[in-house]
Amino acid sequence: MTTPLLEVNNLKKYFPIQGGIFGKTVGHVRAVDDVSFTLNKGEALGLVGESGCGKSTTGRTILRLLEKTEGQVLFNGTDIHALKKAELRKLRPEMQLVFQDPYSSLNPRIKVGEAIGEALVDHAIMSKNDVRDYVKEILTLCGLAPYHIDRYPHEFSGGQRQRIGIARALALNPQFIVADEPVSALDVSIQAQIINLLSDLQEQKNLTYLFISHDLSVVEHLCNRVGVMYLGSMVELAPREELFKRPLHPYTQALMSAIPVPDPTRKSERIVLQGDIPSPSNPPSGCKFHTRCPYAVDKCKSEIPKFQDVGGGHFVACHLVAN
Amino acid sequence: MANNLIEFRNLRTNFYTSSGVVKAVNDVSFSIKEGETLCVVGESGCGKSVTAMSLMRLVSPPGKTEGGQILYKGQDLLTLKERDMRHIRGNEIAMIFQEPMTSLNPVLTIGDQITEPLLLHKGMTRRDAKKRAIELIELVGIPRAAKIFDSYPHELSGGMRQRIMIAIALSCDPKLLIADEPTTALDVTIQAQILDLMRNIKSEFNTAIMMITHDLGVVAEMADHVVVMYAGKVIEEAPVHELFANPKHPYTQGLMRAKPILNQRQDRLYTIPGQVPNPVELGNNCYFNDRCEHCMSVCVDKQPVLTTYENKHKAACWLYEKGGEVS
Repeated sequence: MTTPLLEVNNLKKYFPIQGGIFGKTVGHVRAVDDVSFTLNKGEALGLVGESGCGKSTTGRTILRLLEKTEGQVLFNGTDIHALKKAELRKLRPEMQLVFQDPYSSLNPRIKVGEAIGEALVDHAIMSKNDVRDYVKEILTLCGLAPYHIDRYPHEFSGGQRQRIGIARALALNPQFIVADEPVSALDVSIQAQIINLLSDLQEQKNLTYLFISHDLSVVEHLCNRVGVMYLGSMVELAPREELFKRPLHPYTQALMSAIPVPDPTRKSERIVLQGDIPSPSNPPSGCKFHTRCPYAVDKCKSEIPKFQDVGGGHFVACHLVAN
Repeated sequence: MANNLIEFRNLRTNFYTSSGVVKAVNDVSFSIKEGETLCVVGESGCGKSVTAMSLMRLVSPPGKTEGGQILYKGQDLLTLKERDMRHIRGNEIAMIFQEPMTSLNPVLTIGDQITEPLLLHKGMTRRDAKKRAIELIELVGIPRAAKIFDSYPHELSGGMRQRIMIAIALSCDPKLLIADEPTTALDVTIQAQILDLMRNIKSEFNTAIMMITHDLGVVAEMADHVVVMYAGKVIEEAPVHELFANPKHPYTQGLMRAKPILNQRQDRLYTIPGQVPNPVELGNNCYFNDRCEHCMSVCVDKQPVLTTYENKHKAACWLYEKGGEVS
């Protein structure tokens, strides 16, 4: 077996909560709590979950935009969190990030050509003279026109700005892209364009994606494997078809049934979850989902379920499924 | 047959911006029946929110409602005195907004904010208002109502805040509840709770709901009747089953095909090419013509009129011009 492009082992990221007059640490928000998975080259892994479940923090900690608390992130076999700053910088062009908000992720005073080309010059991959032609090429690849190079971000629509964001990530010719809710801020008709662009690029460049989204239907479209997160933990991880045909974790089932289906003739049998997501600073004991789970038994309150393979690479953390 | 509660007649709301006049709502006519849920769908900038704001008379400069009528119980809201409008706003017509975080006042308790319309519109005593407020908090499904009454908005989660907004909107038993993207900022499992709540309210109190959304899934679940808007115009209107079974306008068809649907994965998503036109430079043609795969020469020359076809289905598209009658 080949080594995976990315291996995440027991990753934890806790944010301290400061309180009192001396700013002592009074607790921790367990944003990412023991998450493990691997990602092979050319794969697209979707991370889904509701706000506050730690999916974005996972993405950022993997790229070491945030320092980890515990665990290991291996990229092509190198532990990213063990690298020195200079070494990490050398590795940066290999892994890029596409942000959610195409409005705030571009500097309004910098022309898009510069925004896209800046990193290339900075990393000394290209000289200033060659960069311009290359940026034009990248713009075309991302569905924009070469003459857009001298325009400012405000001259573009939301969908176009997201294309610029993608172009900027792509310019460095990365192997791995973390896309953090790249289509959430866009309208349906534009969203479809960007999803298609991302999947075309993946095919052309054999890219590996970690695709973070709250929208299961978008993830189903773009990803080969899907992981579902709840309160900082991965509760289910399976190949796409397996997960959508046979969701095992009660949370995944509820999440799927909660999505409104655009078909008025279908009476959906919805599992409506009661209550809100508990606070990640004080997560429930045992299985974190037990407070909202319609099937919870006594064991769920006391014992943390193991995240285990139930066959065919379908991982799930639930006491009820394991039996 | 239920009566019309609200009737928009040729409503026009313009915004005077430095780059020109934006016709945000451009000759829009439709009506909402008593006890009906009407969904207005469209992408950002199509004028769906401005239509609702015009109804509440809350359009602020540089925007101005400049033409048409909005009939409520046979009375034109646009000609009412501001004083009389205040009796209707929040009382007979109430509104909830997209952002439950910003639409509550952070320095007032939940109780203060729910009792305010009761004291103002219903003339209740403080004691009665408090009793009613606690009932309302329970009605929208929040436990420990008496404790919530004394809390501040920051102590509540997003879903709970949206429930409080609904409680405030319901406080005076409105005839019409306007909900502007009420679940867009919420997570799907919370969205399911709020949609359930709104359905219960509708069946229990027979409140008409005007729901503004961009999500066709929400439309299918909630609506009785649907209005589709594009660039300030109504381009299609139909009962919900008819619309989904038989969408007429190429834009509506495109919207339905472009949305990824769970468990119906295609290799490639359908896309509507291009983007929404610049609202300042609209001519007298079909605003969708440059993105439409069926575009004909007439589409570039002349604007189609909203025409009534069979099954109460209206569409503004030259493709169907034969066989319909101009309404």
